Amino acid sequence: MSGPSDYQPSNPALQWIERRLPILGLMHSSFVVYPTPRNLNYWWTFGAILSFMLGIQILTGVILAMHYTPHADLAFKSVELLVRDVNYGWLLRNMHAVGASMFFVAVYVHMLRGLYYGSYKEPREVLWILGVIIYLLMMATGFMGYVLPWGQMSFWGATVITNLFSAIPYVGESIVTLLWGGYSVGNPTLNRFFSLHYLLPFLIAGVVVLHVWALHVSGQNNPDGVEPKTEKDTVPFTPHATIKDMFGVACFMLLYAWFIFYMPNYLGDADNYIPANPGVTPPHIVPEWYYLPFYAILRSIPNKLAGVIGMFGAIIILCFLPWLDAAKTKSSKYRPLAKQFFWIFVAVCILLGYLGAQPPEGIYVIAGRVLTVCYFAYFLIVLPLLSRIEKPRPVPNSISDAVLAKTGSRSTPMVSTAIMLALAGSLFAGSVDSAKASEGSDQPPGNKWSFSGPFGKFDRGALQRGLKVYKEVCASCHGLSYVAFRNLAEAGGPGYSVAQAAAFASEYKVKDGPNDAGDMFERAGRPADYFPSPFANEQAARAANGGAAPPDLSLITKARSYKRGFPMFIVDFFTQYQEQGPDYVSALLQGFEDKVPEGVTIPEGSYYNKYFPGHAIKMPKPLSDGQVTYDDGSPTTVAQYAKDVTTFLMWSAEPHMEARKRLGFQVFIFLILFAGLMYFTKKKVWADSH
Amino acid sequence: MNPDASTIAAGAPIEVDLSPVAEGQDIKVFWRGKPIYISHRTKKQIDEARAVNVASLPDPQSDEARVKSGHEQWLVVIGICTHLGCIPIAHEGNYDGFFCPCHGSQYDSSGRIRQGPAPANLPVPPYQFVSDTKIQIG
Repeated sequence: MSGPSDYQPSNPALQWIERRLPILGLMHSSFVVYPTPRNLNYWWTFGAILSFMLGIQILTGVILAMHYTPHADLAFKSVELLVRDVNYGWLLRNMHAVGASMFFVAVYVHMLRGLYYGSYKEPREVLWILGVIIYLLMMATGFMGYVLPWGQMSFWGATVITNLFSAIPYVGESIVTLLWGGYSVGNPTLNRFFSLHYLLPFLIAGVVVLHVWALHVSGQNNPDGVEPKTEKDTVPFTPHATIKDMFGVACFMLLYAWFIFYMPNYLGDADNYIPANPGVTPPHIVPEWYYLPFYAILRSIPNKLAGVIGMFGAIIILCFLPWLDAAKTKSSKYRPLAKQFFWIFVAVCILLGYLGAQPPEGIYVIAGRVLTVCYFAYFLIVLPLLSRIEKPRPVPNSISDAVLAKTGSRSTPMVSTAIMLALAGSLFAGSVDSAKASEGSDQPPGNKWSFSGPFGKFDRGALQRGLKVYKEVCASCHGLSYVAFRNLAEAGGPGYSVAQAAAFASEYKVKDGPNDAGDMFERAGRPADYFPSPFANEQAARAANGGAAPPDLSLITKARSYKRGFPMFIVDFFTQYQEQGPDYVSALLQGFEDKVPEGVTIPEGSYYNKYFPGHAIKMPKPLSDGQVTYDDGSPTTVAQYAKDVTTFLMWSAEPHMEARKRLGFQVFIFLILFAGLMYFTKKKVWADSH
Repeated sequence: MNPDASTIAAGAPIEVDLSPVAEGQDIKVFWRGKPIYISHRTKKQIDEARAVNVASLPDPQSDEARVKSGHEQWLVVIGICTHLGCIPIAHEGNYDGFFCPCHGSQYDSSGRIRQGPAPANLPVPPYQFVSDTKIQIG
């Protein structure tokens, strides 16, 4: 927005519009001829990446909302059926859920870039504050979105976060009642969160427009922090910035697609595959990863009100950054001390995030307190102090000078050393902690699964045998309520024909009705029916099983997990290991032991299981050798049964897994080619500008 | 945005029959979507709750003020941790009372906060005895 545009469209129809609404001129001056500093690096592409992510989130979200039911009794099921039955529903859901995380990845990089290069300084204060408002809106939107699937973590996350407001003196309780629409988190809460979750992204889009407007008034900052003086300092937005942003977006999409297609549940919590239960608190409530540093600050302050103030203060303090840091030099590139403290600050944030995910006890609490002090000290002590005592290096006269000088000296090694040091430090601190945490719990042994890895497929034989084991053993107590008989004939499943699935269904009795006389009746199952549950309701299941209701098995391999600890969770990202659930289920089935080890007491009516948390399980040993006959000559051992039924349960938890991995491979080939194309086009476009 | 009429109507008082709850046992009922713990306390639990120096508690309140006189064995509290709203587990922790698994708050056999980040005791809901073995909550 560099003054009135002199753009004149050549097409008479466009001229007609332009005279009445100069929107084309606005677009032209904002996104085509708009001068952008020629020394911008790739950290500046995250603005475009964020706009792209906002678009993706709104688009996928609108379609998801068409299939979602915002009701406490139906929400969980509607999300599950959306994933199973809607065309590419699994893709939409993964894109939206992973997209939220990717949105935050991008926004954190974007914010840290602003922090490092001093993009909040005069004349960009309003631009920065608008950015903080967008970030706050994003946090609210992300939180409410996480509540919508109505799993255990959704419900209890909502309970904990809404209770934060009860800390406010005098009006706290009434605010919480307003948020809930009742006496506790329940159906009215879900409804209002759904409404707000739909509204807020459009508010974000509105503030983004203001953000871009403010940006185009003050102009972009740049890595050297000197304002453009002559035309030699800038290049036109299109094609230079456009093509560079396209390349940045393509690279970011590679990371995004890695999660969507290969590890969609890596960033989520297994507990959220358990439907919300207001009567049971999960043993360990953890918010989504992007809130963890603030959650750590909340927990490290022992007073409730002070903790809440600390948590919100940690975000609000960003608004005052332009005045806390009064240094004249913008870019940390020329501020030797500020640069080092910046990387320490990044390490503090990462460590706080790690602590936010740990149980609030012992060393973690003390470390959390120390790091909370460090976090605030960076803003309240370090930055104000540095602006007075630091002696910055000389800043180049102009951007073109900086670009010319760049060929000689490079400052990157310094930065990368700092990153390496920060990472190494956090790795070391983390490994000490996790070594303590993993003591005393039995880790399920890893297995070789046919469905693991980027090209994994279900072993059809194992699926068919597993179905037999489920039908003859597990089904007497456990339901499989999200799986329909028709699924047995679908691609990527056990490989039965439609007729075989129909025959299988007809062996079941299904309750239907009411008929004309108003009575319920039983009839033979049809392919469209779902596996009938062995008990009429949860209370009946509980009463028949000594107080412990046998869980539904449809999602069990996704709803169970175990802690991988540090550094395994980082290794898992690269190896695509995500079979914690299957490993746990298979280990549990084989983990029954008659001899109870010393020091473990098993109450009456429970059984010892090596891998069950707490070791006392209500389920008696379900499988023994030779119990189920196999027609295909596979060994009839407990180990084989466990493997087969776990494979079957993995399929029932995610029937479209094969389609997901197959499409993922195609998308990756496309994205790599696209990114390559963009890279070489960008090189060509920028050939004269470097 | 305050609770609608049906929500308020559903929050009407409920009656709970105490006769099946043996000494040392406790039951959990839901009222207004909140879990209410009703504990049939043992002699030991009552004595422990009364032996404490009330002034030394983070949220000073005597056990007598938290139960109905003549029905000292019955403790009725809202089972929602006053820290951030998780549900504490009964018969756990160091004080023969409740333990919250979320952030480690511990309550004693009178539902009073003894340790951890929670600022206040477990609240006692409005209730009265309609007979010796039946209470009305609300």
